[in-house]
Amino acid sequence: MTRYTIRRVALAIVVVAGVVILTFVIADLVPGDPAVAWAGPHASAAQLARARQYLGLDQPLPVRIGKYFGGILTGNWGTSIHTHQPVLSDIGTAAPATLELVVAALIIAVVVGVPLGLAAARWPGSILDHAIRVIAVLGVSMPIFWLALILQLVFAQRLRVLPVAGQYDPNLIFTHPLVTRTQMPVVDALLSGNWAVLGSSLRHLVLPAVVVAAYPVGVIARMTRAQVLDTLGETHVQMLRSLGFPERTVIGRFSMKLAWNPVAAVLALVFAYSLVNSFLVESIFDWPGLGSYATASVETLDTPAIVGVTLFIGLVYVAANLIVDLVQAALDPRIRLR
Amino acid sequence: MSTLLARAPGVSAVRRAARANQLITAGTLIVAVIVVVAVFAPLLAPYPADAGTATHPEIALQAPSLRHLFGTDQVGRDVFSRVLYGARVSPVIAFFVLLIACAIGVPLGVAAGYFGGVTDEIIMRVTDVFLAFPALLLSLAFVAVLTPSLTSLTIAIAIAWWPWYTRLIRGQAASVAGRPYVEACRTLGIPRWRILLRHVLPNSMTPLVVQVSLDAGGVILTISALSFLGLGAQDPVPEWGLMVAEGENYFTTQWWLVTYPGLAILVTALAFTLLGDGLRDTLDPRRLPVR
Repeated sequence: MTRYTIRRVALAIVVVAGVVILTFVIADLVPGDPAVAWAGPHASAAQLARARQYLGLDQPLPVRIGKYFGGILTGNWGTSIHTHQPVLSDIGTAAPATLELVVAALIIAVVVGVPLGLAAARWPGSILDHAIRVIAVLGVSMPIFWLALILQLVFAQRLRVLPVAGQYDPNLIFTHPLVTRTQMPVVDALLSGNWAVLGSSLRHLVLPAVVVAAYPVGVIARMTRAQVLDTLGETHVQMLRSLGFPERTVIGRFSMKLAWNPVAAVLALVFAYSLVNSFLVESIFDWPGLGSYATASVETLDTPAIVGVTLFIGLVYVAANLIVDLVQAALDPRIRLR
Repeated sequence: MSTLLARAPGVSAVRRAARANQLITAGTLIVAVIVVVAVFAPLLAPYPADAGTATHPEIALQAPSLRHLFGTDQVGRDVFSRVLYGARVSPVIAFFVLLIACAIGVPLGVAAGYFGGVTDEIIMRVTDVFLAFPALLLSLAFVAVLTPSLTSLTIAIAIAWWPWYTRLIRGQAASVAGRPYVEACRTLGIPRWRILLRHVLPNSMTPLVVQVSLDAGGVILTISALSFLGLGAQDPVPEWGLMVAEGENYFTTQWWLVTYPGLAILVTALAFTLLGDGLRDTLDPRRLPVR
């Protein structure tokens, strides 16, 4: 296990280095002179020169890559052009809201997707199985920004059963002020026992979370179905059947136990995809997370912010993969001995 | 998952094939309709000029009617005509994205399989780096720093997509390399490049076709998502994602502006997913039942 861990961590470090270089390349691709963007269109030659020196553009490429690496390592991810704040602190402010949204979506995806997958595996080829397949295929093919707008129109604008946008009812700020610790309203409200805000924030969370869940629900349902069906032919499952365990126990308890591992792995991968999918949803629901920050950065051509968010999610993805691999290897010796 | 279905009790290979054929039939039919619409858009669209620079402010934001099946948009253009013309935008861009991605990815995959060792290691670590980003994010970052245009969009998405093909082809090469018939080729003294070109690459084509078909839907979703964010097509190009974005401001009262272009994206992505699923079930030899 130690050897496997060392090898896997070393690989992750190599990938992280590559990820940093790739983001440097993206930042360097910007057409035109970044110094002009920094100093403004009416800057004098002297101001431009000062900007070039300040941004380090007068130095050779290897030095700049070295400095970029050093900056990333020491937490200096550059300054956002549109907020004039350090990019890393902007990301720190925005990330909790996105985390809350994506975690809520993944909870929905597991709570809905796993039973759907189990039901499909219980009766393969049935109408239910086909219906679940259709749901899964629809989820994978869904333009989620469109789904967000449609659900917002139907449930918030027309039926008025759910709030249109935001994290919780702004009127509650005065009547039930929320003590913010984690920047996640649901968690903060739970921690401080602020039930009014908790109810409101949960209601605000429903629509965006359901939209972000559309893709993972399908993936998880299909994965669960495939994994459970895969175990059904194995001898220990046949033994369980011959011992007279009812079919639902065989599938729900024993086959699912084996299926959790790959389903959890898919969940970690889907996490990063959902982070990016939330980009398309957040601005529609006025959700103050990374997605809103990224789309605002795109509109203002804020390269440091765009590159920062890209780097951040790349790192999260590498970390998620690493954790999944290590946990799986710890649980399943076949992986680390391969 | 098709393997698993085959192994599942009560589902015979025949039924599995029939189901796969249903998927292929449904997918192919919709794709064929999209192709026909794209080719004959000027004949099918009631107001071809509305896909271009034409504007009719006097009939702006009209609800769907017999004159305008999908209503009119904020400058009076016929939404139905624009949705039909949209079949000429994202699907065509997706074709070029996949073409470029394969043109980069396949040779690199073959190279990794052919040379092995250090070359293999370097190529695969580079693909690892690219695959550390979800495709939508990486193409978003690239296209955001480039000047927004359909060319930038195509290149940016292709840059995010090629590593999948490198990985696929290399894995294919590695698995074929161990087969007895390849060993036989080697014993006969056939040069390695010839084995790769004549035996490995043809054997990789089937999974490649399946993967490309499955990916086409994802690429179309990425194109429309980036256009929705304002990073792809620009007005007056009738791109579906851009049309959704333009309709967003009027959406609460004029629902048709967003609904129809979005449906077009959904149906198109769905068609390619179904086609790819069906193709995988029938074509991929590794997934055929062993019995």
